[in-house]
Amino acid sequence: MTTPVLSCEGVVKRFGAHTVLRSIDLAVAEHQVVTLIGASGSGKSSLLRCINLLETVDDGVIRLDGEDITDPRIDADAVRRRIGVVFQAYNLFPHMTVLANVTLAPRLVGKADKAEAEERAMVLLRRVGLAEKALEYPDRLSGGQQQRVAVVRALANDPRLLLLDEVTSALDPELVGEVLSLVGELKEQGMTIVMATHEMSFARQAADTVVFLDAGVVLEQGPPEQVLVEPTEPRTRQFLARILDAGHR
Amino acid sequence: MTVPAEYSPALPDDGPSDLQRWREDYRRSRTRRSTALAGVSTVVFLTVVGAAIVLSPGWPRVKATFLDWEVAKDSLPDILLGLWLNIRVLAVSAVLIVVVGLGIAALRTLRGPLWFPVRALAAAYTDFFRGMPLIILLYLVGFGLPGLQLRGMPTSPVVLGTIALVLTYSAYVAEVFRAGIESVHPSQRAAARSLGLSYGQTMRRVVLPQAVRRVTPPLLNDFVALQKDVGLISVLGAFDAVRYAQVHADAAFNFTPYLVAGLLFVLLAIPTIRVADWYSLRAVRRQQASGAL
Repeated sequence: MTTPVLSCEGVVKRFGAHTVLRSIDLAVAEHQVVTLIGASGSGKSSLLRCINLLETVDDGVIRLDGEDITDPRIDADAVRRRIGVVFQAYNLFPHMTVLANVTLAPRLVGKADKAEAEERAMVLLRRVGLAEKALEYPDRLSGGQQQRVAVVRALANDPRLLLLDEVTSALDPELVGEVLSLVGELKEQGMTIVMATHEMSFARQAADTVVFLDAGVVLEQGPPEQVLVEPTEPRTRQFLARILDAGHR
Repeated sequence: MTVPAEYSPALPDDGPSDLQRWREDYRRSRTRRSTALAGVSTVVFLTVVGAAIVLSPGWPRVKATFLDWEVAKDSLPDILLGLWLNIRVLAVSAVLIVVVGLGIAALRTLRGPLWFPVRALAAAYTDFFRGMPLIILLYLVGFGLPGLQLRGMPTSPVVLGTIALVLTYSAYVAEVFRAGIESVHPSQRAAARSLGLSYGQTMRRVVLPQAVRRVTPPLLNDFVALQKDVGLISVLGAFDAVRYAQVHADAAFNFTPYLVAGLLFVLLAIPTIRVADWYSLRAVRRQQASGAL
């Protein structure tokens, strides 16, 4: 069996007295898309932040390509370089143009020269249909365009793994589609993705594995047609019924 | 124009409807009224204040000792010469203050136990120099440092005065910068670190550029304060505008030179004040389009 790109074993995270992640086990093979679903506060974002080392775990091991990245002696900046992250609120740098946002990391940490980094950035921006926005500032773009730039910025580092943290939750309904179709394209190109989402229809069509988090544990995981259509756990059924009522399909 | 009884839509080529035309007329007449009222009120106010001063019992003496035209003309060239020194001190200290202030602010944001002494020293620096009255610091630096008789220690009152100004103002400016740094949302840091940028790179490329933009209006305000505080170097004997005014005042037994110097400092400050106002207004406009209120 080949080494998974990402594996979590018994991951625990506490904030003060509150335990957010109780014991998370998860394995993501290369080219797989795993979606994390669950109510707000179930630990989806915390798990992604732990994987990206924005938070230190309180127990357990997280491995990236077999290497223990929760080892305190590891170079955290080097690990983060191998993981691309897209946030719910885009978090573009407002004082930089779109092009500068995308080329910042390749130039500073990838040591690419300016022309090379810009050429590559333009290829990526063209692919998401935003080449003509390269010299605009983020506040001139719609939410969907900003989020696509954020995806491109994360891709510019050539990440081994892409983490998407509710990337469509801040978008107007008509802008959700453009971001989701971009994620779909990335999947087809073979990107390994872990994605926290409320978009159940997207999870159903794009995910290889759906993971249902509840109160800090993985309550159920499997292929989407099983977890989303015939869940075995009553809590999963309850959650799906509520979210379908709320209009997230 | 009378109020139209009811709204009737205008034909496409007729321009605005009758109702809209009446509204515009009404608003114009209200504006004319406000302008007239403001004019009358200003004239009345100035007349009352002016009369109270001119009719006061001591006015002839005050006029003679503070508003002597001959003394003013006589002292002006020297005071202007002194002001040129103030302007040069201002330019040099403003640059040094920004550099030192930014450095102290950056040191205060360092994380980790290794940097504890640096953080503590930077905090002590801002506490001490913000608390110390500038005039006392001027004496301490101006007479204390040369008193040490160290080799290479400057003795010029201009240089020593500049050092004292930089010490005091950089402590204030450091706190302004620190507030600016802390006002940048943590998600910006998270985004930068996620891209693999180090702490230093994140600070330099992402946090500081945004912080500096935000604190520009308060920094311009500190610059206005500095513009007049450069006059305090006269207490060390530097021949600046205040010192020349003092010399002329003593020679003529008349306070007019002080008024001349004071008005010149006001003239010096006005452009900066306008720039500061314009800049903050622009920042506000960018953030919010104001409605009817």
